[in-house]
Amino acid sequence: MAKANSYRVGPDENGNFGIYGGRFVAETLMPLILAVEQAWKLAKHDPAFWQEIDYYFRDYVGRPSPLYLAQRLTAHFGGAKVYFKRDELNHTGAHKINNCIGQILLARRMGKRRIIAETGAGQHGVATATVAALFDLPCVVYMGETDIARQQPNVFRMKLLGAEVRPVTSGSRTLKDAMNEALRDWVANVEDTFYIIGTVAGPHPYPEMVRDFQSIIGNEAKRQMMEREGRLPDTLVACIGGGSNAMGLFYPFLDDAGVRIVGVEAAGKGIDTGEHAASLTAGRPGVLHGNRTYLLQDDDGQIKEAHSISAGLDYPGIGPEHAWLKDSGRVDYVSIRDDEALAAFQLCSKLEGIIPALEPSHALAQVAKIAPTLPREHILLMNLCGRGDKDIFTVANALGVKL
Amino acid sequence: MSRIEQRFSDLHREGRSGLVTFVTAGDPDPIVSAELLEALPAAGADLIEIGMPFSDPMADGPAIQASSLRAIRAGTTLRKTIAMVEGFRRHDKATPIVLMGYYNPIYRYGVPAFLTDARAAGVDGLIVVDLPPEHDDELCLPAITAGIHFVRLATPTTDDRRLPKVLTNTSGFVYYVAIAGITGTRSADDQAVANAVARLRKHTSLPIAVGFGIRNATQAAAIARHADAAVVGSAIVSRIAENLDGAGRPTTGLIDKVAGLVRELASGVRNARRS
Repeated sequence: MAKANSYRVGPDENGNFGIYGGRFVAETLMPLILAVEQAWKLAKHDPAFWQEIDYYFRDYVGRPSPLYLAQRLTAHFGGAKVYFKRDELNHTGAHKINNCIGQILLARRMGKRRIIAETGAGQHGVATATVAALFDLPCVVYMGETDIARQQPNVFRMKLLGAEVRPVTSGSRTLKDAMNEALRDWVANVEDTFYIIGTVAGPHPYPEMVRDFQSIIGNEAKRQMMEREGRLPDTLVACIGGGSNAMGLFYPFLDDAGVRIVGVEAAGKGIDTGEHAASLTAGRPGVLHGNRTYLLQDDDGQIKEAHSISAGLDYPGIGPEHAWLKDSGRVDYVSIRDDEALAAFQLCSKLEGIIPALEPSHALAQVAKIAPTLPREHILLMNLCGRGDKDIFTVANALGVKL
Repeated sequence: MSRIEQRFSDLHREGRSGLVTFVTAGDPDPIVSAELLEALPAAGADLIEIGMPFSDPMADGPAIQASSLRAIRAGTTLRKTIAMVEGFRRHDKATPIVLMGYYNPIYRYGVPAFLTDARAAGVDGLIVVDLPPEHDDELCLPAITAGIHFVRLATPTTDDRRLPKVLTNTSGFVYYVAIAGITGTRSADDQAVANAVARLRKHTSLPIAVGFGIRNATQAAAIARHADAAVVGSAIVSRIAENLDGAGRPTTGLIDKVAGLVRELASGVRNARRS
């Protein structure tokens, strides 16, 4: 049992990370999920599959993304040395494309002819529409009406890319409802359709598969940090909605005991107001969207609406591996309010000339809290997982500016 | 013999197929819902499925989604759903009750407490959409131990290789989902259902109920020619929705109108010649 103390052993063959994960789906989907798992098992051990992914990562996405020392922010905080992993420089402006390249190549291997996806902020929808255009497959993206209203630029991008954006009017009309609707589509179109899930959640094998595609972030960062500093970082910080950018950064470092790892959830208007998206901080274990994980829910097991200024974090669940990492104590999970994220958004724009997405602005707000308390030799690495162009209208509105 | 087994045995003796009706607990409000439930057997329902409302019913179409939300807004909880069954059982000891829904409310309630309370209230079976056989340890096996049937869904995508796995630990009856899709949308064609039922019979001697997409007496009769029961859900909850006023309150005669639909469906099922 050489690996008994490893944090990199999950999931088991049934998709469980401890008590989390699993495959809680309707029977109609079960044979399909098993087929995806079978295809994924073969692909992940096939060097040709990863070569193909590497090709698109390099020539299409623009990887590796730089590791950047944020000098002015470092000086501003006056403590730890702050590095950004610049995944906002990827084609389409966020880390989401990493996963979409992997999944669409798997879909092609399976001979699927139609792509569906759910999206919250629209970043995953744009990334899916992008790869669907690249590989000439018809694409339907489900998006809550509320999110469509607050993410108009991304809606238009998806349409330009040839995707059909279907507004979701059920429930709270946000990401969770878009996921319900995508699952309903999949149940009705099992023969030809591949569902590209955008985060490390859903039925097995999605949490593992998405994590493995996103792990390029952490693998690159580890190599780059060794080249740059000759050692590993002391602390990692990443924001968490479903948790894919964080899982991608964290996973390669989980067994490096000296590396402190911090995940940042959205506290919305404040945890005690009840209007937040912090499922690990304030949720309880439950079953939704094919997996067991921490969920925002009431005493009757009804799922509550999440709230965050960032549409990408506005989800009442969390990837099951994060749930397991929380219980195991390996990762610290904290939360940041809308107003704190907004302040970090502006600070980064002014000091570094980088307009970050509202999602990683949550991570940066956490960095702003801890960096000043840490010594100058402390290396802090934050995943700057998306750029903020999509958010300028939301931010302008929050700041009371009319565009 | 359990109530479900007794009912199918009676139907078999009568030489006819049965009608399974679905309503959501607490839709449109607790009082009307309880009255409606009590009106169903007299209108011709042979078995009753009661939906346990859930905020995120992923396998359901718009009609049952709306029904579930109406019930939640009216304050329905799993505890109240179980209490409703208890109330029904005071007057009706024969009609089997199957609770249908999603796992999370049960998980939140706590599986042992749920099974104890459901059994005591007179629940005969469970259909939990998002618990495939791969998760039998969660609820299916404890339910069997507690004396409650775990009724499984088989679908057009459940092939012959997988079917034995789906049928293991299934008891009471098998629910064949006639279409690959969500509730209340498309309808299956007659021949496809006939073939599917024949395929299932090669694997099981349990009664087979068929549902999804049955909207009227003619369709119910067509299903009844092949299956041991026809299940109707979306059409019934749509009838409830049609009889609400602008504020979502039940209008006079709602129960009669829903019972009227059930009578039509039942006459379709009862007059169908078995193949």
